[in-house]
Amino acid sequence: MDWTLIWVFGTFSLYIGIAIWARAGSTNDFYVAGHGVHPVVNGMATAADWMSAASFLSMAGLIAGMGYGGSVYLMGWTGGYVLLALLLAPFLREFGKFTVPDFVGDRYYSGTARIVAVICALFVSFTYIAGQMSGVGIAFSRFLGVDFNTGIFFGMAIVFVYAVLGGMKGVTYTQVAQYVVLIFAYTVPAIFISLMLTENPVPQLGFLSNLKGDDIPMLQRLDQTVRDLGFTGYLSSTKSNFDIFCITAALMFGTAGLPHVIIRFFTVPRASDARLSAGWALVFIALLYTVAPAIGAFSRINIISSVNETTYVPPANYEGMSTIVSDAGESPSPAWFANWETTGLVAFDDKNGDGQMQIRGPAAPDGLENEVTISNDIYVLANPEIAQLPEWVIGLVVAGGLAAALSTAAGLLMVISSAISHDLCRRTFFKGMTDKTELRVARGAAAAAVIAAGFMGIYSQQLAFVAQVVAFAFGLAAASLFPVILLGIFWKRMNREGAIASMLTGLIPTFAYIWHFKIGAGKAATAEDWFLGVSPEGIGFVFMIAALVVGVAVSLVTKPPPQDIQDLVEDIRVPGTRTSHGIADSGMAPVD
Amino acid sequence: MGTESTPPDRKAYWPEVIRLTLTLLAIWFLVSFGAGILFREFLDQFHIGGAPLGFWFAQNGSIYVFVALIFYYCAAMNRLEKKYRIEG
Repeated sequence: MDWTLIWVFGTFSLYIGIAIWARAGSTNDFYVAGHGVHPVVNGMATAADWMSAASFLSMAGLIAGMGYGGSVYLMGWTGGYVLLALLLAPFLREFGKFTVPDFVGDRYYSGTARIVAVICALFVSFTYIAGQMSGVGIAFSRFLGVDFNTGIFFGMAIVFVYAVLGGMKGVTYTQVAQYVVLIFAYTVPAIFISLMLTENPVPQLGFLSNLKGDDIPMLQRLDQTVRDLGFTGYLSSTKSNFDIFCITAALMFGTAGLPHVIIRFFTVPRASDARLSAGWALVFIALLYTVAPAIGAFSRINIISSVNETTYVPPANYEGMSTIVSDAGESPSPAWFANWETTGLVAFDDKNGDGQMQIRGPAAPDGLENEVTISNDIYVLANPEIAQLPEWVIGLVVAGGLAAALSTAAGLLMVISSAISHDLCRRTFFKGMTDKTELRVARGAAAAAVIAAGFMGIYSQQLAFVAQVVAFAFGLAAASLFPVILLGIFWKRMNREGAIASMLTGLIPTFAYIWHFKIGAGKAATAEDWFLGVSPEGIGFVFMIAALVVGVAVSLVTKPPPQDIQDLVEDIRVPGTRTSHGIADSGMAPVD
Repeated sequence: MGTESTPPDRKAYWPEVIRLTLTLLAIWFLVSFGAGILFREFLDQFHIGGAPLGFWFAQNGSIYVFVALIFYYCAAMNRLEKKYRIEG
């Protein structure tokens, strides 16, 4: 426990120190870090911005449970960066403004389009941030022995300092520090566990090897083991290929359309830096994402072999009891299980009353019921203990989880505060606002957003949509924001009418579909009830296609966009040629 | 020496960018949706180390190719910009 405290307070002081050093002096600093961030630094900040508490703590466990089916997250949450680099980031940087609604509103010369984009950005970001805040609360309450709400309060206070003081500038440099903390915390235990199981220190290679002393590959052994216990094989999935295709696509296009990811590419000096930065971001993300499937597979095999068919020893007086069990010639349940039982992340229910722990799948050949429940988060959290690493590594993993949650929360806060101070105040309601006033409003909006996010975290249990962040945030970003940005760059003929029709076509049905099947009346529905057999997680892709078709069709039957807009599109396609164009830039001049 | 060749017409720049982008996106599609999902069962008869090939593409291989694609794109775009004397 003491090590956890040291790590958490050590890293938190570092973040505050950075915040004091990187204060914002203008709106240009506050929204886009003065366009002065080096592409590699921005890549690292983007990686931390991107990898949330869920990526850090839950993803390896999700993959461990789903096997091949977990690939949707691996491909989906990395492939989007190819789209960002090739289709969006450099052109949006060349466009030279502060926010995603800036692009939508100015490219489509429409206040309505701007407002619809603001609604999408706010909904996506609030859904996402509530999950981060509750992650912070959970980490504090489980590992530092403080109350859930107090934990969220700590998290709010720390984000408040660097987001309100430093804006994007403070957020960028704290995210770099947070990346270092989280990647170290993730890979160190993985290396040791890979060494322990396969004698190969590189987890990505250990993934392809045999277990120590085994004559068949680890993955084949794992597949066999889980099948024997009545689970779906590790190398297969119960989902249809079409559904897997749609979910992967929705996650990829959603990644590319997420405002908090896009705005990171506004902080670099030039368009060429934006694409390079996307490459570096993916390198830093891949460091974690290629290790995750190895952690998933190793831990699944490890947990089954160390827990299944052992004699249960309760956490109270573990030492004494386990010696008695061993002396009786039986194998006691492992110490880590007892330790984590007190956190509620693992549990044992002796259904057949034999005192032995049985792990079984739904189709267990011996007909026994499963007695062991294991939270997805345990795969990463318990790794250091399973690999018998020193106690300080466990504290590091907790600090890493907090770094992942706080860095993502900060990036989202920037989207929320700029949507309010920039898109709504300066660009819509109070057009004559000075830069100084806007900066003050931006700080105020960031402060209000921190508090709102904290409350959403506290009430996240009651807010049903928060748990569906994967479906909502990615589905809506893919279906509503991605199509209009893409067409706005690559098709000069795309006009205001087409853009509004396209955004609404993506937004409304996607929202309704996810709401119906995840929260509303269709919650109990099975795969047969789904439209075309597509799950709510993948529906964003279907309506994204619809949004593209509607956008093109409506544009073709209405007036082409004004000449100013067509000139603007010409400019953003060629780096270094951006000049101001009448109505496109009348509300705000482009920033170099 | 001394005489600069005239830069090619900028009108040709954008079609070249589009061609490059579409080629790279085709590879992006093939390694993820192709190798990792649509042709996975066929590819799984081959192995890379101890992992079936299609499964490996879905969990690791596609990510490596994504990284390579972006850096190739950066290099190719820098070449194109030089060719057309564009300074971004």
